[in-house]
Amino acid sequence: MAQIVFTPNLKRHIDVDVVAARGDTVGKLLEDVFRQQPNLRGYILDDQGGVRKHVNIYVNGRTITDRVHLSDPVDAQSELFVAQALSGG
Amino acid sequence: MPQRLWVGTRKGLFGFEQIAGGWSVTSRSFLGDPVSMVLHDSRTNRLYAALSLGHFGTKLQRSDDLGTTWREIAVPVFPEKPSEHPDVTPWSLELIWSLELGGEDHPDVLWCGTSPGGLFRSEDGGDSWSLNRAIWEEPRRVAWEGGGYDWPGVHSICVDPRNDDHVTLGVSIGGVWQTRDGGASWHAKGKGLRADYTPPEIAYDNEQQDPHRIVQSPSDPDTFWMQHHNGMWVSVDNAETWRELSNVSPSTFGFAVAVDPTNSSRAWFVPAENDESRIPVEGAMLVNRTDDGGDTFTQLRRGLPQRDAYDLIYRHAMDIAADGRTLALGSTTGSLWLSEDGGEVFATLSANLPPIFCTRFA
Repeated sequence: MAQIVFTPNLKRHIDVDVVAARGDTVGKLLEDVFRQQPNLRGYILDDQGGVRKHVNIYVNGRTITDRVHLSDPVDAQSELFVAQALSGG
Repeated sequence: MPQRLWVGTRKGLFGFEQIAGGWSVTSRSFLGDPVSMVLHDSRTNRLYAALSLGHFGTKLQRSDDLGTTWREIAVPVFPEKPSEHPDVTPWSLELIWSLELGGEDHPDVLWCGTSPGGLFRSEDGGDSWSLNRAIWEEPRRVAWEGGGYDWPGVHSICVDPRNDDHVTLGVSIGGVWQTRDGGASWHAKGKGLRADYTPPEIAYDNEQQDPHRIVQSPSDPDTFWMQHHNGMWVSVDNAETWRELSNVSPSTFGFAVAVDPTNSSRAWFVPAENDESRIPVEGAMLVNRTDDGGDTFTQLRRGLPQRDAYDLIYRHAMDIAADGRTLALGSTTGSLWLSEDGGEVFATLSANLPPIFCTRFA
């Protein structure tokens, strides 16, 4: 299963640790994460389901390209890192 | 005399209590995080705080023990935006700009105004929210524009104490809107308001108006006071028509306004120099008070800095307590002043708070 790692800064606001999830795109992976932890959704995505303006998501160290539909491919060995952007502080 | 004053700031929520004749900070919550709005529910003794986290979005927290412990509750969420929709506004919550009680008859009802300019209602004390579709789908709503913030916002929600199905909204920029049926239908109000920043032919259109803040008199709910981008106005006919208050010195520009809960003719405004220079006139803080329905104003300066003060009072940062005498002012520079005699004399409660977004007595 893919691993999803969250910025430690998020722990100030919500109890979250490394999560294992299934899916072949970033979007499907995150949906599996939100099934496990529904409160996380609003911290990562906006009302329309896109990545929040000041949140960055990396797959294996590379920034995702599709922040709107979350279509970047992933596999079971992928590591997703959800980061706080330096903008928006 | 109120017991508590809640102060929402750029870096936390602070509760002041009156202890042995003085006001002291007795509660500190969400240190480091922006608190855009606070609401104490007098019906349930619950406290609500809206957080505007720079990275992780807008959140709502509720406390059942006056700020000792908090629990995150639901936030308003905009519906999925249809593709090809002509609205340029993003349908995604950016800011909770107003929170109000639904009325004594409905102890679980809350109203929430947001930026972008949505109005939401909760019927379960904030556990869930629903968008008011009637005003969101009002054709003229897409003509609203940003004022200060990038997108239009609902900053004033006045629930009529005579009938909580009567609600009046202030929108920057989008004018004055009123429902008489609990939000099923809305009507534009604002006859007499004038926007100087538009082409002259649309200067009197309601959608072009930028009320900075609207308050409704609890003792005579047909009376509304407004600080507008282009001046100060009062209505005595339930927001149907508005009378401009001119010849007010030193300025009619500002954001905040408060009305005496016991006297509809008495109101407070805080002037700033002008649109382009949002600082006190000549660096001297003052509050303007009218005691005669807006015909004349008295400048109140005692206890406020009169030299090199650059404080601005945001639209929600002045509050008057139910006694009609205890007045709080919180500034962008983190100064907090309090008067116990309607503004005749102010005392400085703090000069070192973070920038203040809102003050509220409880």
